[in-house]
Amino acid sequence: MLEINNLHASVEGREILCGIDLRIEAGEVHAIMGPNGSGKSTLAQVLAGHEIYQVSGQVRFQGRDLLAMPAEERAVAGIFLAFQYPVEIPGVGNLYFLRTALNAVRRQRGLEELDALDFLALAKERMALVEMDPGLMNRAVNEGFSGGEKKRNEIFQMAVLEPSLAILDETDSGLDIDALRTVAAGVNALRRADRALLVITHYQRLLDYLVPDRVHVMANGRIVQSGGKELAAELEQHGYAAFEQQPAVAPGARP
Amino acid sequence: MNNETSVAGAAFLARIEPRLASRQPAWLRELRRTAWQWLAEQGFPTAKDEAWKYTRVAPILATPFQPAAPGSSRQPSAESLERFAGDLNDSCGPRLVFINGFFAAPLSALEGLPPGVRLSNLAMPLQAADAALEARFAHAFRSQPQAFTALNTTLAEDGAFIQIPADTTVEAPIQLVFLADAGVTPLLLSPRVLVQLGAGSRATLVESHLGGGGECYLNNAVTEVELEAGAVLEHYQLQNQSTAAFHVALLDVRQAEGSRFVAHSLALGAALARQEVRVLLEGAGAEVALHGLYLPRGEQHLDNQTCIEHLAPHCTSRELYKGVIDGRGHGVFDGRIIVRPGAIKTDAGQTIKNLLLSDSAQANAQPRLEILADDVKCAHGAAVGQLDEQALFYLRSRGIALAAARALLTYAFASEMLELIHLAPLRTRLEQLVAAQLRGAEVAA
Repeated sequence: MLEINNLHASVEGREILCGIDLRIEAGEVHAIMGPNGSGKSTLAQVLAGHEIYQVSGQVRFQGRDLLAMPAEERAVAGIFLAFQYPVEIPGVGNLYFLRTALNAVRRQRGLEELDALDFLALAKERMALVEMDPGLMNRAVNEGFSGGEKKRNEIFQMAVLEPSLAILDETDSGLDIDALRTVAAGVNALRRADRALLVITHYQRLLDYLVPDRVHVMANGRIVQSGGKELAAELEQHGYAAFEQQPAVAPGARP
Repeated sequence: MNNETSVAGAAFLARIEPRLASRQPAWLRELRRTAWQWLAEQGFPTAKDEAWKYTRVAPILATPFQPAAPGSSRQPSAESLERFAGDLNDSCGPRLVFINGFFAAPLSALEGLPPGVRLSNLAMPLQAADAALEARFAHAFRSQPQAFTALNTTLAEDGAFIQIPADTTVEAPIQLVFLADAGVTPLLLSPRVLVQLGAGSRATLVESHLGGGGECYLNNAVTEVELEAGAVLEHYQLQNQSTAAFHVALLDVRQAEGSRFVAHSLALGAALARQEVRVLLEGAGAEVALHGLYLPRGEQHLDNQTCIEHLAPHCTSRELYKGVIDGRGHGVFDGRIIVRPGAIKTDAGQTIKNLLLSDSAQANAQPRLEILADDVKCAHGAAVGQLDEQALFYLRSRGIALAAARALLTYAFASEMLELIHLAPLRTRLEQLVAAQLRGAEVAA
């Protein structure tokens, strides 16, 4: 589904991603762990199409050249980024925003657009998945939401847009343990054989609920180690210090 | 006055022949003579004038305007009526319609008013020897003479006259619709509106200045509002003139103790428009809120001038103005707040936000605070920026195309002002106008 080869990204002349290789198949859950500043969020943003980065390398998504597509095209093609810091957009209603987005996606998939009523029914059903307060839907996008509400809103949007590849960028940060369990259960309910997840996190705790097929460790803009789900537990115990000191790619780091 | 402006101003005035000798009450003839004389001597403002720093009078003075004459267009063209059909049909309730500044009785509706409320055109009371009118009609010019007010005072023959007695609530909004139907001759329109609310009365006033068809004219309007103790007025002003027109307007407000005035201004049309609001808080505990939205695009120049003078203690003033500027448009906001000695416990706040949509769009925001009393609260802030890149990315990452995302964020910026409009039918219409203007801006960009 997703194949990343030698991906580099820099911003204002500073290289943040220094050659990423990663392959994700449909139905898989991959976790990326690593210390602050290792480039995890940059990878997420580059995949979603943020234009602030100078990018080179190759990324193929369902056979298409992802880097040649603008952000909105990637979204309608099935890429979804759950933001680490969801943006507040005063003046744009949550429901209106999400219906506009869903209809853009549905047009691309050759489906009929949903009118306000049909959309509302769908929204209510998907909101229940992450136990989101329906009152929030009548507010502006993320405006005045608590940290936890913003994260729920991201997963709710994912549930509505039904992407092929969802990238969760530190979705666990800012969530208390109960909210984490709810949100993770919502994500699990969305797992399907034709849908892949790329989960970016600092901590193992999210991975207790979203059990990954592969775990990758990022440090200094590279994937320095990859392994099975047991790698997450190891990291939790020993920390990232050992990886940060390694200047070169560790042997066996290829996914 | 510099020499160039002086010559152009003299030529401008020479083309206008005020009917000073026509039949009218002595006080009015005298006032018009004085105003005309003042104008001939003082001339028009130049860029050296602080209040005219960003707005050039030259293009107005260079146009050979003729004052609109009564009867010249009492029968508006069918085309013109069709153009404004939406605006006219929209308003149920009391309504005065003016064509080129003159009352159009067949298009107006005066029923549905509580007893004692006086709503009429101004020509009649002005011709009658109504001495009570003198002070009110003369106030704008006498209190602070300036060129366009003097010009209006010299020429204004018609307009609206609204008098609401004490403790009377007028539920239905009163609509004043000023249509320009200039044709090919550049016309000078001089409408005047006088509004007086007695103690404890309440009303809503919607003042629309409309034109179209690429016609060139100068609408030089003066609206004077007097609020007695505890009176409440909500005032809406829509400027949607022809894109070749000039619009100069003064809204002059005096507020007695405990009165409340809320103004909403929406500036969409005209090649050059300058809207000035002057508020005198004369009585303790008076409150004023001025809201404005201006959307210049193309080559439009839209200027907003406000001056709020706190003369009494415990008064509150709030200002929120927003500009969305596209193309080579120019938006100006200049806001003076004067707190006179003795106006203790003044609470004043002023916020200006400009959104620039193109590289050649231009915004000037200038707060001017003159605080001459102790124990006051005055806050002001001015911001100018572009669309938020993070918000754009967020929308695009959900599948919304760049152009649609830009339009969505631009409308969202403006919508904060539209949400302040309490009249639902008016809000719906203004939402449509704003959306259309912003869509045009997209096309122009």
